[in-house]
Amino acid sequence: MGKISKISGPVVVAADMKGSKMFDVVRVGKEKLIGEIIQLNKDKATIQVYEDTTGLRPGEEVASTDMPLSVELGPGLLSSIYDGIARPLVTISKKTGDFIARGVEADTLDKKKKYDFKATVKKGDKVKTGFVLGEVQETSLIMHRVLIPPGIEGEVVEVNEGKKTIEEVVAVIKTEAGKEDVKMMQKWPVRRERPFTKKLEPAIPLVSGQRIFDTLFPLTKGGTAAIPGPFGAGKTVTQQSLAKWVDADVIVYIGCGERGNEMTEVLKEFPELKDPKTGKPLMERTVLIANTSNMPVAAREASVYTGITIAEYYRDMGYDVALMADSTSRWAEAMREISARLEEMPGEEGYPAYLATRLAQFYERAGRVDTLSGKKGSLSVIGAVSPPGGDFSEPVTQNTLRITKAFWALDAPLAYSRHFPAINWLTSYSLYADNMAKYFDGNVNKDFSRLRKEFMELLQKEAELKEIVQLVGPDALPEEDRLIIETAKSIREDFLQQNAFHEVDAHCSLDKQFSMMKAILDFHRKCGESIKAGVKISKLVDMPVREKIARMKESKDIDKAVRSIEGDVDSQLKELNTGVKGE
Amino acid sequence: MVVKEYTSIAEVSGPLMIVENVKDVAYGELVQAKTSLGEKRLGQVLEVSEDRAVVQLFEGTSGIDTKNTRVRFVGETMKLGVSPELLGRVFNGVGKPIDGSPDIIPEDRIDINGNAINPYRRDHPAEFIQTGISTIDLMNTLVRGQKLPIFSGAGLPHNLLAAQIARQAKVLGEKEQFAVVFAAMGITNEEALFFMKEFQQSGSMGKVVMFLNLANDPAIERIITPRLALTAAEYLAFDKGMHVLAILTDMTNYCESLREIAAARSEVPGRRGYPGYMYTDLATIYERAGRIKGREGSLTQMPILTMPDDDITHPIADLTGYITEGQFVLFRDLHMKGIYPPVNVLPCLSRLMKNGIGPGKTRDDHANVSDQVYSAYAKGIEVRNLVAVIGRESLSDLDTKYLDFADKFEELLVTQGYNEDRGIEESLGIAWKLLSGLPKTELKRVKEEFIEKHYEGKEDKEEGEESKEEDKEEEETVINISP
Repeated sequence: MGKISKISGPVVVAADMKGSKMFDVVRVGKEKLIGEIIQLNKDKATIQVYEDTTGLRPGEEVASTDMPLSVELGPGLLSSIYDGIARPLVTISKKTGDFIARGVEADTLDKKKKYDFKATVKKGDKVKTGFVLGEVQETSLIMHRVLIPPGIEGEVVEVNEGKKTIEEVVAVIKTEAGKEDVKMMQKWPVRRERPFTKKLEPAIPLVSGQRIFDTLFPLTKGGTAAIPGPFGAGKTVTQQSLAKWVDADVIVYIGCGERGNEMTEVLKEFPELKDPKTGKPLMERTVLIANTSNMPVAAREASVYTGITIAEYYRDMGYDVALMADSTSRWAEAMREISARLEEMPGEEGYPAYLATRLAQFYERAGRVDTLSGKKGSLSVIGAVSPPGGDFSEPVTQNTLRITKAFWALDAPLAYSRHFPAINWLTSYSLYADNMAKYFDGNVNKDFSRLRKEFMELLQKEAELKEIVQLVGPDALPEEDRLIIETAKSIREDFLQQNAFHEVDAHCSLDKQFSMMKAILDFHRKCGESIKAGVKISKLVDMPVREKIARMKESKDIDKAVRSIEGDVDSQLKELNTGVKGE
Repeated sequence: MVVKEYTSIAEVSGPLMIVENVKDVAYGELVQAKTSLGEKRLGQVLEVSEDRAVVQLFEGTSGIDTKNTRVRFVGETMKLGVSPELLGRVFNGVGKPIDGSPDIIPEDRIDINGNAINPYRRDHPAEFIQTGISTIDLMNTLVRGQKLPIFSGAGLPHNLLAAQIARQAKVLGEKEQFAVVFAAMGITNEEALFFMKEFQQSGSMGKVVMFLNLANDPAIERIITPRLALTAAEYLAFDKGMHVLAILTDMTNYCESLREIAAARSEVPGRRGYPGYMYTDLATIYERAGRIKGREGSLTQMPILTMPDDDITHPIADLTGYITEGQFVLFRDLHMKGIYPPVNVLPCLSRLMKNGIGPGKTRDDHANVSDQVYSAYAKGIEVRNLVAVIGRESLSDLDTKYLDFADKFEELLVTQGYNEDRGIEESLGIAWKLLSGLPKTELKRVKEEFIEKHYEGKEDKEEGEESKEEDKEEEETVINISP
């Protein structure tokens, strides 16, 4: 038992703490505020406190729990909403009302609820850590697989099926050290990566139904992506669209130091939204972690770890998990704040020197793996970055870019003209694109990657041409180049722009993406032929079919829409072509 | 509890004072210092170790000495006494009445730092507030419980705009209790008087609570002024069921004070010398807005900040934008053109807009129209920049239309009078009038049914004229080429 000797914001120094370990959780003061040891110096321990420290006095007690910061894992996580250290906000509100008070104890999981446990092993089976012991239906969407907790290996000697709470024994395993009771709940320290057998190459796309991502800058299951952008560019809307539509089994959404009202929006929308595959509420596959900007800064630092540990746990069951962290910059700032209070020597822009290491460690927890149970699971991580002033040269963006493989750059001018998602197609990239090209060619259409390449070239060419236009005006360009500008405009407006709030357009299947891409490029090619035949670009621009092309994203039956466009294109071009010949 | 008095001040530096040999002092505790002349100063414990406390004094350290000044640790954090009598009163920056009336008799005393609203208990802000200003109502709709700052620059009419919003803001079809909480941080006496006069003229002074820290008041006091104001605002909103609009001006001065304290503590500075925790600190102010499930009232925040050198990437504006749910940006070029309000809609944003508009709230075509006007104006500005290089003559027909759109947009939609209260229907009407200057095919953001209903084109005739013009142009080209 130690006692407080100094308090400075969220950092508390306690004396007489000999014997405490780094990263052990401690209870600070009379109110038993939760904290974590982050530095040891002789008998003094420096503690970051996850709650507001106002009112603490030197001399108050500090007690170590001898446990690192851990999260309870088991059925009941899905469709819950937690604060940064995995306390359910619902329980907190029952205890302290509409405002969050301090020193609240709240279990992550409901210890009273009974789940119908069905064993998948039987007496006499040899099992190891991470093996699937049995199943419970956690929500209507997800079958929760009960895993053998770490460090247990041996023979099953007892299985108890039926309605059980998460703390009741569901199996007994004879190990070398003796008999071990296994419950549905286990604990895992959040700062440590959960084990797996081996990492696999990314091979399957994480399809989001967002055209700019799937077609131009794809992400894989188990991949990492960064979304940097200035405020107002649409990071949160993009993250939320991804959380709604990606084809992962489980979503972990971390609101890290962001706005309270936005979390409310997620809380309100997700239960109402239906999973496109099953028609069940999306909330049933989602875990929310909400540590808003005015909640304690140390808990914000912990929130990303809490989130990723939960995500890994579902990955270990063999699920495809996607984690969204909005925003990792707030997490880095929390690190910076704590570091400054520790009077550490600052690195770039005041961030601690270990910023890059921490970011790398976090993103490296993503991946597609062979789990210990022999299944394949994946954890994809999509981190939003909020660079100050929208300047991507700052340390958090730069260090994130060194680790993540897909870079989705949000752009203020695009957002200003209400081009959403405001992803800049010239600066963004995905290192998975080549790998995924094979997948798309094999599974969607053999022409997919060829058309994608053509798209990229047209957009690139447009940027070059626009520079010329800036100097000499559009009239000076040859007709072919003006067609490129028109087609690129169509790509931008009719394909890349996607309305997250439109009932049809919010989600676009890969097949539809291909059909749209093909329709735009077919039109481009045919117009090119007409130009060669002497038709003026001004006539082509006025073709009524262009409006149909613009509206095809809103169409429910894309095949029908494309057929109708093809028909119109042919007939309208024919008219123009004959017009030229007539002259 | 016995309150001890200390005379053991070891050091005074800037706004800070270090007291030694203290016992049992709590972090964040309120401090009273009494100078040798008997003046009382308020302060707060910033850091405490076993026998040493660092105290920031809100009302400055002049007159504090290390021998005779007496320091008392009050044993609690700073609190504000609240009661419905707050309404109609004027306080100084530390919450003392300065309107000549006696102290209020508090119904309750509330910690000014407040507690975070549990995100789970927040209610979704979705009620449209009509401000009567087109650029806001039509394009950056304000909803109840939102925090939407005005980013301004020195010399721009942000005060006029804020006063106009406070005067005109209403929820359609409802009559209920509203209140304005006004916090001034380092603004001039003249500006404060302007607001007072405005509130008096509109007859709403009885519904206003003012906390005034003026330019010549102690700078460190500004740290607590917004917290006092928001405590009052939360009380009125969530305990008394009122719909509160909190105007905080000027947040730039607040941040300067924050920097001053950080510098005095020789903390590691972040960008431009502002402390690394400024985001967190600002969040504890801005996040005190919203609605709570099951409670009647709402707290809408409108902070005003002047961007140094009109730079939107300056840390103050930048961090604010990352916390608040959008921003209104005033633009010097528009102001120079004589446009009021000089709102540059392009960088403006209201993140909660989509919740507050649409059928039953405003009109079904509202979202589409707003998007389309945005995209057309952006395009118009692009063309305007192009014209500067290549001249108007070489523009295509369509580009000319966009250019006209941008001009007319600024002239008809942005510009309005200080006393002009435009209904949302009227704003939408203007928008459609402008959009009708563009060909239908350009209106890709608008659903066809809305175009059918609202597009004001006499299309056939116009198209006829267009083609004539085109023909002429072509003829001209021919003539040009032939010699």
